[in-house]
Amino acid sequence: MDVFTLHNLIELSYNSLSYAALLFLLASGLSIIFGVMRIVNLAHAAFFLLGGYIALTTYRVLGTALWTLPVAMVVGGGVVAALSVFIERYFLRRLGQDTVAQVLVTIGFAFIFFDTNILIWTGDNYMLHRPWPLDDSTVIGGISFPRYRAFMILAAVLAWAILYFVIERTRAGAIVRATVDDPQMARGIGINTNVVQMSIYALGVFLSAMGGVVGGSFLGVAPGLDFQVLPYAFAVVIIGGLGSLTGAVVGSIVVGFMDNFGTALFPELSYFALFAPMAIILAVKPTGLFGRG
Amino acid sequence: MSQFSSELKRIIWVLAAFGVLAVVTPLLDDYTQTIIMRALVFAIMAMSLDILMGYTGLRSMGHGVYFAFGAYSAAILISTMKVTNLLAVFGVGLGLSALVAAFLGFLAIRAVGVYFLMITLSFSMVVWGLAYRWHTVTGGDNGIAGVIPPPIFGIPLTNPVAFFYFTFIIFMICLALLYLLVRSPFGKTLVGIREGEARMKMLGYNTWLHKYLAFVISGTFAGISGTLWAMLNRFIAPTDVELVTSVEALLMVALGGPATLVGPVIGAGIIMFLRYWVSTFIERWYVILGATYIITILYAREGILGKIEAFLAQRKARGEADAAISQVQEQPEELRT
Repeated sequence: MDVFTLHNLIELSYNSLSYAALLFLLASGLSIIFGVMRIVNLAHAAFFLLGGYIALTTYRVLGTALWTLPVAMVVGGGVVAALSVFIERYFLRRLGQDTVAQVLVTIGFAFIFFDTNILIWTGDNYMLHRPWPLDDSTVIGGISFPRYRAFMILAAVLAWAILYFVIERTRAGAIVRATVDDPQMARGIGINTNVVQMSIYALGVFLSAMGGVVGGSFLGVAPGLDFQVLPYAFAVVIIGGLGSLTGAVVGSIVVGFMDNFGTALFPELSYFALFAPMAIILAVKPTGLFGRG
Repeated sequence: MSQFSSELKRIIWVLAAFGVLAVVTPLLDDYTQTIIMRALVFAIMAMSLDILMGYTGLRSMGHGVYFAFGAYSAAILISTMKVTNLLAVFGVGLGLSALVAAFLGFLAIRAVGVYFLMITLSFSMVVWGLAYRWHTVTGGDNGIAGVIPPPIFGIPLTNPVAFFYFTFIIFMICLALLYLLVRSPFGKTLVGIREGEARMKMLGYNTWLHKYLAFVISGTFAGISGTLWAMLNRFIAPTDVELVTSVEALLMVALGGPATLVGPVIGAGIIMFLRYWVSTFIERWYVILGATYIITILYAREGILGKIEAFLAQRKARGEADAAISQVQEQPEELRT
C-alpha cells in the first residue's frame, strides 16, 4: 500500500487519531494512578477488559438502542471501579511503597480476572454492537469515515476535559495536587490522604473500564486482550511521562500515529519502532517527556 | 568458626538435595521429568535475577530480554541455519545476551527505583515486539519449531535422560559460579551497594561499575537459561518471552527468598510445578497462579526460605533456653540464686 497519497494519509490519520483516543481512555488512568499513588498498576488492562465484559452483559439486558451505550459506559466503569476500591483498601494499601510487591499483586489480580472472565463469559470472542447511527460510515470526498471512530474521539475529548477541569479548577483537584506535592504536609492540614488515594485509584480504574466499554465495539472482547493492550498503555504513559495528564494526551497521540503508520510502512518492525523510542526516552529523561521527577 | 560450619552444613544440605534429584529424576515418568527440567532451566533464570534483585537491589522487569536472546539465537542457529555444534550454539547465545546486557546496562543503570523498573519493562516490550512482529527472523506468532539439541561430545541429547543430566550439570555449574560470585568481595560489595550506595561511594567504590557488571553477569546467565529452554521445548514463541516471563522470574525470587540464591531455585520449582502439573487437573489454575502471587506478597515477603530459617532459628533458640534451664536445675542447691 502506498501510504503517501492524500487519500491514504487522511484515512490513516483519522484511524490514528481515533486509536489515540481509545489509548487515552486506557492509559490516562494508569498515569494518574502512578502520579498520585506511585503504583505500577499491572492490572490496569485487566480492568479495561472487565469493563468490556460488563458492557456485554449490560447490552444483553438493556438491548441495543443508542441510549444503552452511555449507560453501559457508566455501569461498566462503575462496577469495575467499585471492585478496585476493595482491591485498593485490602491489598494495595498494605504494601506501602514496595514497587515489586505492587507489580506482583496487581498482576496476580490480572491472572485471577483472566480466569474468572472465562468462567463467567466463556472463552468466546465477542464484538460488542455499535448502536445506530454509529454503525455506519460517512463518506466525504470519496473517503469513508467510520462514525464509531468519531465517537471514540468525542468520548476521549470529553473525558480529558472533565479530568482537566476537576484536577485544575476544583477544590477536590487542589486536594489531589496537594497530596501529590507533599503528602506529609497534606495530612498535616487535615487531608485524609488514604481517601484521596483510594478515590484516585477508583477514578483511574473507572476511566480504564469505561475505555473497555468503548473499545469493546472496536477491538472486541476476548480472553488475552488485556495482556495485548497492556504494552500500549505503558508505551503511552512512559512516552508522555508518568503522572502527567498532558503527557497522557501527547503519549496517546504519538503512540496512536506511530502504531498505525508503523504498521502500514514497515509492519515487521512496527513494534520495535513503537517501543524502542520509549526505552530511549527513559534512558535520557527517566521521568518521560512531561513527567515530574 | 560456628558461622563457617553452619555455612558448610547448608552447602551439604543443598548438595544432598540435588544429589537425590539427580538420582530420582530419571526414574520418574516423562512428564514429571520435563517439569523438573523446566524448573531447573527457570531456576538458572531466577538465580541470575537474584544477583540483580536480591544482592544488588536493582528490581528488573526486563529479565525476559536476555532469556529471549539466548532462546531465539539457539532456535535460529539450530532450526534455521542448521548449526550442529552445541558449543557454538551456547557460545553465541551467551555472547549475544552478554552484549545486549552490556548495551542495555548503559541505558538502565542511571535510573533508580521505579524508573529502573520502567526502563527494564520497556526493554522487555521492545524484544517481545521484535519476536512477535519480525516474521522473517523470528517466525512471528508461529515461533520457531524444530530446535532439536545437537549432540555434545558424541552423546546424543535427544535422549530425555541424557538431556536431563546435561541440563542438571549446566545448572550445577551456574549455581557454583553464582555462589562463588556472591561469596567473593565483589558480591559483598554488591550487598553493600544495596544497603547504602552513598556510603559505598564515600568508601571509594565505583558503584556504577559494580552495578553495571552485576547487570551484565546477570543477563549472561539468563541467556544460558534461554538457550536451554529453547532446546528443552524444541520450540520458541513470543509467548515465552512476553512481559509475564519477566514478572514470573520476579515472583520466583520473591517467593523463594531474595539474596539467598537457593531460594529462587525453590521458587522456580514451585511455580513450574504449579504451571505444568497442577494445571493438568485443575481447570481454573490461573486463579491459583494469581492467588500465589498475592499470597506470596501478603504472607511470605521474605520468601519461603526466610520463613523456614525464622522457624529453625526460633526452635534453636527455644532449645538453647531449655538446655540452660535444665543446666540451672541440675546445679547443687547452694549455687542457685
